[in-house]
Amino acid sequence: MLEARHITYQLGRKQLLTNVSLCARPGEFVAIAGANGAGKSTLLKTLSRELTPSSGQVLLDEKTLSSYTALDLARRRAVLAQQNPLAFPFQVHELVMMGRYPHFSGHPGPNDDAIAAYVQELTAINHLADRSVLTLSGGEQQRVYLAKVLAQLMTPDDLDGLSDAAPASRYLLLDEPTTGLDLYFQHSLLDLARHLTTRGYGVVAILHDLNLIMQYVDQVLLLKEGQQLALGTPASVLTPNAILDTFGLAVQVVDEPSLSYPIIIPDQQKATHFFPAQTA
Amino acid sequence: MGALSLLLLAVVIWSVGVGAMTIAVPDVITILLRQLGLSSQAVEPQQEAVLTVIRLPRVLLGVLIGAVLGVSGASLQGLFRNPLADPGLIGISSGASLFAVLTIMFQVKLAQRIPPQLGLYMLSIAAFAGATITTFLVYQLSRQGGKAVVSTMLLAGIAINALSGALTGLMTYLADDAQLRSITFWGLGSLGGATWETITVAAPFLLLPVLLLPRLGKGLNAFALGESQAGHLGVNATQLKRWVILLSTLGVGVAVAISGVIGFVGLVIPHLIRMMAGADHRRVLPASALLGAVILTLADLLSRTIVAPAELPIGIITAMLGTPLFLYILITSKSNGSV
Repeated sequence: MLEARHITYQLGRKQLLTNVSLCARPGEFVAIAGANGAGKSTLLKTLSRELTPSSGQVLLDEKTLSSYTALDLARRRAVLAQQNPLAFPFQVHELVMMGRYPHFSGHPGPNDDAIAAYVQELTAINHLADRSVLTLSGGEQQRVYLAKVLAQLMTPDDLDGLSDAAPASRYLLLDEPTTGLDLYFQHSLLDLARHLTTRGYGVVAILHDLNLIMQYVDQVLLLKEGQQLALGTPASVLTPNAILDTFGLAVQVVDEPSLSYPIIIPDQQKATHFFPAQTA
Repeated sequence: MGALSLLLLAVVIWSVGVGAMTIAVPDVITILLRQLGLSSQAVEPQQEAVLTVIRLPRVLLGVLIGAVLGVSGASLQGLFRNPLADPGLIGISSGASLFAVLTIMFQVKLAQRIPPQLGLYMLSIAAFAGATITTFLVYQLSRQGGKAVVSTMLLAGIAINALSGALTGLMTYLADDAQLRSITFWGLGSLGGATWETITVAAPFLLLPVLLLPRLGKGLNAFALGESQAGHLGVNATQLKRWVILLSTLGVGVAVAISGVIGFVGLVIPHLIRMMAGADHRRVLPASALLGAVILTLADLLSRTIVAPAELPIGIITAMLGTPLFLYILITSKSNGSV
């Protein structure tokens, strides 16, 4: 279980997070939503140990993050960052193999090769294996980095997909994973994340599209100015009032009989945009 | 890698044979085998003396220094995540120069009190200290919010270089004729002073970075993703930085102390390797060491033969050949969009 308990994070005199709690169990898909600058990435960074909270603590399986070595932690959680500033023109397969670095010293073993090949297939980047990452489109790059992150967490058990053994819990932290992806890959990414939870992974993702949240996740945390507004199932949390409060946007939540989840549509009449509607 | 090693061996064997007294390649091999105790075939004693006493230490020193410059340049580029970083740009060379010049100034005054062996060590140790201090300064100045910012680093490097340049200039101004001679001779860069004694003193300092830096390849690869992502992969960024800076300053500091400032090797060699073998530091680091050794051996061969019996300082040759090559790479890679 990956758990944030009453996290407060202060940078200088500015409090970026105030008393936020969040919990991702193995098999659970948790989303973090909120307006720009609400502290979503900061929260994700405290979950990954990139930032240390000013107060409160983050626990991985009941032990504080700081009690793990960097390598142990790297085998248990992986982070898909929002920005990937690659300094040198690595080839796709080299970059994917970097995900396996915490698992071998010296040269990659047969398991590492098999897992790298498997995740390249999962993310549909097989045909790009020998290209330089820097020459790929934004969406293709995003899939390469996703493959790297998956390679970091997978064990040989994942390859046959039938494993009954309960491996140590593993967590995938995704910072706006759908950025740059086309419609098809947005859904295949979230579908993949969903599928990984059935294998015992815990997933925490920052997502902006509330409809994707409705469709795919188990729990959603709403953040506003570093404060926790609501935490619960998407249907219970994403009410018109909560969305208006969080984003300042009036919406309708529509129940569509043919779907198992409601749809969120901006309310044209009440919408406040950069340009206020003209009164005729 | 195998091809580069063979190339290095060939270049070494060829270049020890070339000079005022030409020694044919078969004779060179026989003499080398005799030295290793693997052959008892008779050779011309004069040729053997020239080769073992004069040429071999010089060529070996060139190999070591070229390897250090190549591998340090590649590691620093990896650490700073910038293909334009080089030992000169971030102050290693200028700091080493400044402290070496200071040592030359003091040494002449203290010459009677210091045994000559210690003097040789002192120049190396001082150059290393100077290199460490300036690099540390540049690195600290470039840190913002715990991370080294590349553009600030380059600016800080320029500033620190200018300052050490000015101080070196001041020392030159204050120097007397004897000191001026040593400073000038030293500053232009030359492997001419190589003896077996130089090699025994310097080899450990030069070999250490050449052997240890390539082991940091994985960490530097992860570093290409940025410091935080390297951290997510379990890389200890603080330790990696410390080792790269320590080993490069050790190697380059000592190299500068012995041979003066030899420019462009650390910058251009890793570029060439990346163009040929890709970006993976596990290949780039050892290959840069090997190619650096090959290029510096050839440059030194030019330096001692092109205006024979005089010598052209090697720093002049590497800069004159390196600059057009570097500009060529810059222009072609700009049109490929890969810089």
